[in-house]
Amino acid sequence: MTEDVKLMKGNEAIAHAAIRYGADGYFGYPITPQSEIMETLMEMKPWETTGMVVLQAESEVAAINMVYGGAGCGKAVMTSSSSPGVSLKQEGISYIAGAELPCLIDNVMRGGPGLGTIQPSQADYFQTVKGGGHGDYRLITLAPASVQEMADFVGLGFDLAFKYNNPAIILADGIIGQMMEKVVLPPFRPRRTEEEIRKQMPWATQGKLVGHKRNVITSLELDPAIMEENNIRFQAKYRKIEEAEVRYEEIGCENADYLMVAFGSMARICLKTQEMARAEGIKVGVLRPITLWPFPSKAIAEYADKVKGMISVELNAGQMVEDIRLAVNGKVKVEHFGRLGGIVPTPDEVLDALKQKLL
Amino acid sequence: MKEEIIIAGFGGQGVLSMGKILAYSGLMENKEVSWMPSYGPEQRGGTANVTVILSDERISSPVLNTYDIAIILNQPSLEKFENKVKPGGILIYDGYGIHHAPTRKDIDIYRIDAMDTAIEMENSKAFNMIVLGGLLKVKPMVSLENVLKGLKKSLPERHHKLIPMNEQAILKGMEIIKKV
Repeated sequence: MTEDVKLMKGNEAIAHAAIRYGADGYFGYPITPQSEIMETLMEMKPWETTGMVVLQAESEVAAINMVYGGAGCGKAVMTSSSSPGVSLKQEGISYIAGAELPCLIDNVMRGGPGLGTIQPSQADYFQTVKGGGHGDYRLITLAPASVQEMADFVGLGFDLAFKYNNPAIILADGIIGQMMEKVVLPPFRPRRTEEEIRKQMPWATQGKLVGHKRNVITSLELDPAIMEENNIRFQAKYRKIEEAEVRYEEIGCENADYLMVAFGSMARICLKTQEMARAEGIKVGVLRPITLWPFPSKAIAEYADKVKGMISVELNAGQMVEDIRLAVNGKVKVEHFGRLGGIVPTPDEVLDALKQKLL
Repeated sequence: MKEEIIIAGFGGQGVLSMGKILAYSGLMENKEVSWMPSYGPEQRGGTANVTVILSDERISSPVLNTYDIAIILNQPSLEKFENKVKPGGILIYDGYGIHHAPTRKDIDIYRIDAMDTAIEMENSKAFNMIVLGGLLKVKPMVSLENVLKGLKKSLPERHHKLIPMNEQAILKGMEIIKKV
């Protein structure tokens, strides 16, 4: 065994990966099932090593606005919360998207609506990929299905956020946050220096430099003609992201008669269902969207002619299934199976649903 | 090799930490491991359980419908998990926590009087390690050496002085477990 392999919770992996990425700041407010992120950061005291700021804000609203401020300075800043807390952050997220700033958000989803339950859920799919906050904006959405991906998507999320000057979000759930698995943490990277920020992020506010004009960070534009231009620019950027950043995994999809589409922890459960189905002679593939926005519509559409039916397996009442139906455009039957309010189906429950709805 | 294990009992019995030590021991043996706890108010005195999987292959689902081994430390957990042990599987229960013994005929049932022994040892904290010892006797899925290494990894340094006591408890558990 190499010393680099560690055993930890998904939430702990996020904290370690953030420090190693060279993040400049974390601002959060505790909520189950993701409190270990800030707890781990506080335990590790990165302010004494890398200089990373870790701050427990007075509320989720304050935390996301601290992220807005940090991001405006060109810093790599992040926040995390769980469903009700992420709802509180929506105004700030819309402002950050409107001001075209990079940042990383982590939602370890729990059952809703309302204060709901602390058990795992994927019912914030709509909120994340269809808006949540106001206005025509998009969040680059990464859905980790393992503790390893919790660690990896911190770096990927920050990199994509900075590449496109757009917020990125890790959409996890209570299972991925709370479970322990093996993980190899990414290598340490130094935090960007002020000089590097000045070069790489010329829009950042770093105080007015001699000979430079003032940088202004805002989402406000009262002239609708200019505001429309801004929106057209955002949309062009979103089309570029849709073109370049779609990520997904196909498992046992060759010659499959049926396709299960699932993300995050549900994809893991579907892999077990797949093993059980194969043992019974049912050929079923698993397609796991890794980016929920941009959604792997093309990849899914290609299976419309190849399989007899698809089932979207989600910890919600049917959210991603709408995007699958849009992708296949009526060419093949698309069913949904989900458990609600924090209940997680076992692999045999998913198999029963698959048989009942598709076979 | 693949062992799918559920450990279930009251919060405070050391269910989650026993699972953690098992998972760390698996890590020491270079196995794939997953540790999926029930989380939330359980930690404060309700029922708590953890699913631990040790495997030579990549682990698919951390959530299971049936188990190779169930370690049952209180009555509500027996009612919940007895029928979820795979035929031919193993059920280990603590005699103190269970009033109505398991009745399945198609699985191997073991009883370990870990609570009584822990009281005799005047160390209630040894309870979960006694149970772990029993498990390792019945199913030596990881070596004692690697369990001790796993303990070292999972315990903060200030508690490392407790490792010899834990080793004793494990050995005691190996001694007292009996087949029903």
